[in-house]
Order: sequence, then structure tokens, then C-alpha cells
Amino acid sequence: MEGRNNRAWLYLLPAIVFLGVFMVYPLFDVLVYSVEEKFNFASQTFTGYGLYNYRYVLRDPYFLQAVKNTFIIVIITVPLSTGIALLISLGLNSIKPLRKLYQTVFFLPYVTNTLAVGLVFMILFKKTAYSDGLINLLINAFGGSSVDFIDGPYWAKMLVMCLYTVWVVMPFKILILTSALASVNQDYYNAAKVDGTSRWRIFTRITLPMISPMIFYLIITGFIGAFKAYSDEVAIFGVNLNEAGMNTIVGYVYDMLYGNSGGYPSYASAAALILFVIVFTITVINLMISKKSSL
Amino acid sequence: MKVVLKNLTKKFPSRNKKGDEVVAVNNFDFEIPDGKLIGLLGPSGCGKSTTLNLISGLEKPTSGQIFFGDDDVTALPPENRGVGLVFQNYALYPHLTVRQNILFPLQNLKGKDKLPKEEMEAKALEAARLVQIDQLMERKPGQMSGGQQQRVAIARALVKRPRVLLLDEPLSNLDARLRLQTREEIRRIQRETGITTIFVTHDQEEAMSISDMIVVMKDGVVQQIGRPQDVYDSPVNRFVAEFLGTPPINVFEGEVKDGELRLGGETVLKVPGAPDGAVFAAVRPEGFALEADGAFRCELKQIEVMGRDTSIVFEHPARVSANLRAIIPSEDRPAGSPDEVRFRLKPSKVFLFGREDNRRIPFDAEG
Repeated sequence: MEGRNNRAWLYLLPAIVFLGVFMVYPLFDVLVYSVEEKFNFASQTFTGYGLYNYRYVLRDPYFLQAVKNTFIIVIITVPLSTGIALLISLGLNSIKPLRKLYQTVFFLPYVTNTLAVGLVFMILFKKTAYSDGLINLLINAFGGSSVDFIDGPYWAKMLVMCLYTVWVVMPFKILILTSALASVNQDYYNAAKVDGTSRWRIFTRITLPMISPMIFYLIITGFIGAFKAYSDEVAIFGVNLNEAGMNTIVGYVYDMLYGNSGGYPSYASAAALILFVIVFTITVINLMISKKSSL
Repeated sequence: MKVVLKNLTKKFPSRNKKGDEVVAVNNFDFEIPDGKLIGLLGPSGCGKSTTLNLISGLEKPTSGQIFFGDDDVTALPPENRGVGLVFQNYALYPHLTVRQNILFPLQNLKGKDKLPKEEMEAKALEAARLVQIDQLMERKPGQMSGGQQQRVAIARALVKRPRVLLLDEPLSNLDARLRLQTREEIRRIQRETGITTIFVTHDQEEAMSISDMIVVMKDGVVQQIGRPQDVYDSPVNRFVAEFLGTPPINVFEGEVKDGELRLGGETVLKVPGAPDGAVFAAVRPEGFALEADGAFRCELKQIEVMGRDTSIVFEHPARVSANLRAIIPSEDRPAGSPDEVRFRLKPSKVFLFGREDNRRIPFDAEG
């Protein structure tokens, strides 16, 4: 028994070493950084331990803006993208001709580079002194006046941001949901048909419960992914996100480390840990809900 | 409720490139009497499940009509036909309890058919009692055995009091012991409810043991319809004769000449009334009687004693079936193991089929 245990540890060793060096130690280091007060990056000195960094970050208007932006993106895009993906998957599942073609089309954004897609969105939504993007041309055609979605009012920028995020995360969700729908045994639907079940009831009482594990998976990973958003914002609004007012928590962490005002690993660490606590809490809540409703 | 199929045909579009249509059900024309238990019997791919789906309405026929009593239900969708369908894999909703599963069809009722809650509960309980699972109402299907799930599926199909109950391979997912028990159970439930019940099976023993009537099918064509014993005793063609009965019937190449059946050149039986010509002669295993000067001579290969009966495996030059086997009462068992045994053939257990069309050639068995 003892020998078997030792052997088990031996097998686990590579993974433990890797995780330890690249995950556990850095995590611990981040924690240490976040409580070192007045840390000077150049001289590697600090004055003492305390919660000053957290106080600073939580009072920093840029951080508060980033938190607000992140939450808005999460709350709008996760339900919206999952819902739309479900509708599209249901549609894909019920059509026969050209299904493969549509599946490919819907999957395209997933294999396209984020920055390239961001560029396309920028061109679609832009407004300059000389030319309007397609969206503004459409607005003009319906009698509205042009809106600067990239450099204009906050709501317009947030709208583009949310549209973009939904569009980018959707393909993966459609992929997961179409395969989940296809794996539901046809006999359940036949049984429901013989019993005269209405379409709505088939959807709510059979389809949804059958694919609910996949939906929960998508919601949980969707929350985590949206909380960690950063590159999508850069793709549309460029690297100076604070100025654009479109920064996210991860963006804030990055700026504190490497941005123009960079060189503040302590503030970055504090912000990162705050993000970690938020994501952890939301995920635990999600898991609790999914466990409750699946049993 | 009597069920009538009139010239019912179902063709499926081809799956290969040549574009040949697959005729799953070919011109079915028969009547299933009210309140009986009917077995649709045939080998895999003979169209029996398609027939069931046509009756349930899940498939639309290419041509022909289906009547329940005097109502033409051909154009009706499944929910308006009043059928209960039990699927081969039961198709119980895994996230619902037994109670919720049985209630499900009732909760679908709308408008004037809508029932008050208490009545639904009462009906569900009644259906559960009928199949004896009323103790397990709060279980989920995953927590039950195959046999129990089967009962729940039957209860769900019965709860709306269907005009016709359809069962697709009801016993194929159960182990041997449970199968025996469940088939009695299906028989009992059918008797108690009096609902016309049609079930599909590829197992001839299963069909013969509980059906009031069996329909033997092959390649989408009905071969024979009748009471199990009648079909067994008087098959219309070689396929039916070979398909029914365990151990299977013994088939030989033979010849009829001057009212006598000859196998391998030896006359073994008088078959008055049969025309001269080449035939297949089929003999049920119980059609052999050991007799010292019997006309049928064969080479003994093996004797298997099975308690009440003894099975004699033998070889014969005119053999067509893979194995030849006779079943005789154990007390008649030949002493020792001689090289040659002789049988007398019982005329009522011998069938002649045309060499070309495999159809039954009648002869006067009394003679």
C-alpha cells in the first residue's frame, strides 16, 4: 500500500512541479505583491505590509470604470450570446438542406483572428469627417444622423463592444449546442409527438432539460471568459482604453504593469486578486444553481 | 378497436446512388380484430417497425389506408389517433420522476379535454397500479431496473386510455428471466384493459407464446396471418416453416413420384395427392418417431438428453438445413449409440414446398 502511494506521487510529480512553478508560486507571489506597500519596482524595496494597495485600487476612478465596464459586458453578453446561440442551434437542428454550409458559416468567426474581426467592426461602425461606416450609412438611410460608435458617446461604444463580444463568443456556443441537440435521442421527440405535446412544451420540458448540462457549461465558461475580456476591447478601441473609457479589469491590470503609467505590480496584483475573487464567487454561485436544477 | 390496414405501402427514398427505392411495407391488407394481442413477427429489416410507426402515425404511408374501427385515421397526426406507443428503449424522460412521466401525456391535453389536477393524479395512479409500479412513483427512471422502466413506459402509454396500444420490441432490452415474466405481464395487462395491442418482435417464441394472432413478415410482405398454432401447424411457405419453431424445422431436398416422397432415392412417406416433381421436404423435429423398421434412415451423430425430451442430431444425404435434429420422448431413446437410426415420419409434421417458388404443396396427410 505504501509503495503504491509512493508510485502514485511519482506519476503526479511532473504535473505537480509544473503547476507549482507556473501556477501556485506565481499566485502566492501575486498575493505577496498585493500586500507590499509602496513597492518600488526599480529598487525592489517596500515600506511594509498592509492593505493600502487594495484601498488605492478600489478608489482609482479608472479601476471603478473598468469594473463597471466589465460587469456591463458580462451581464449583457453572456445571457444574450447563449440565448441567441440556442435559437440559432435550434434553427440549424431543424433545417435539413445546406445544414453543413450554415454550420460552417456560423463557425467562421471562431477561426478568424480577434484583431482582424475588430478591424472589420471598426470599419463597419466608424464615423470620420470624410466618410461613414456601413452602419452609419444605414442609420442615415433611415433618416437618423450619424453616431460615432468608436470615439463617441459611452453608450454607443458599449453597444459596439457588446455586439462584438456576442458575435465573437457565439460560434463556440453554437457548436456545443448543435451537438448537444443532435445527441438527444429522437425517440423522446417521437414519444412526445404520440402524446400530442405542444412544441413549446417539448422545448421546455424535454429539449431544455436534456441539454441543460451543456447550457450550464456555456454559462459558466461564458462568465469566466467575459470577466477576463481585454483583447476584444483593444481590437476596437486601441491600447489606450482608459482614455476611451472602455477599459476592463484585465486591461487595468495590464496597464498597471506595462502601460504608459506602468511599473506598479502591487496595484496590478491587488486588482488581479479582486478579479479572482469576483470570478470565483460567480462561478461557485453558478455551480450551486446548476447542481440544484439538475437533480 | 379493430384496426384495418388497406393496401398499405411505405417506400423510403434510396440511400445509395442508384436511386432504388426501398419498399419497407408492401401492400399490406389485413384486419386486426378488436381487443386482441397481435404479434408482428419477422427477421430484422422486414418492415415490422415501419408498420408499427405507420399505425402510430409517426410515418406517413406512401399509399393505402389505415382504419381504427370505422374511422379513417390515415391522414391524422399521431396525437389525434388515440394510440399509446411503447418504445424499444422506453424513451422515459430521465429528468422526470415516474409520476411526472406518467402524468406527461395527460398534461398535454388542452381546451375541453383538460383534466383537473386530482383527476390526472388519480388516472396516473390507476395506470401505475395496473402495471404494479405504484410503490415507485417518486423514483427517476435511472434508479430503476429495465423491467420496471418497461412498466413505466407501458403505464405512460396506457394513461390516456388509447384505442390501440403499440409495443416496439418490448422485451428485447430485458434479460432472459425478466423477459419470460414480462411477457406474461403484457398478456395480463392486455387482458385486463381489453385494448387492442400490437407488438413487434423478431423472436418467434415470444410472439407465439402470448399472441392471439401473429403476422409473419418478410421483406415488407406479409407471409401469413393466423393463430400461432395454426401458422405453426400449417405454414404457407418454406420461410414461415423455417422461421417458426425451436429447434428449427429440418429441410431436405426431395422428390415426389407416384404419391411417394423420396429423399436421397429412398421412399420415406406416402404423400397422396401431391403432384410429381422436385420438392423441399420439411419435417418438424417432433415429426420423427423412432421405429426399428422406419422408412427414414439416417446416420446418428449425437444424442442430447434434456430431461423430458431427447434430442437426436443426425446426418442425411439430402440435407438442406444447417443441422438436422429430431426431438423424441426420452423413454424412446435408442440404446447405446448405433451408427444408424430409423424413424417413421408423422405425416402431419411433414410439409412439402415447391422447389422453385417455395410454396406449400398440399397432400393428404391422413392417407
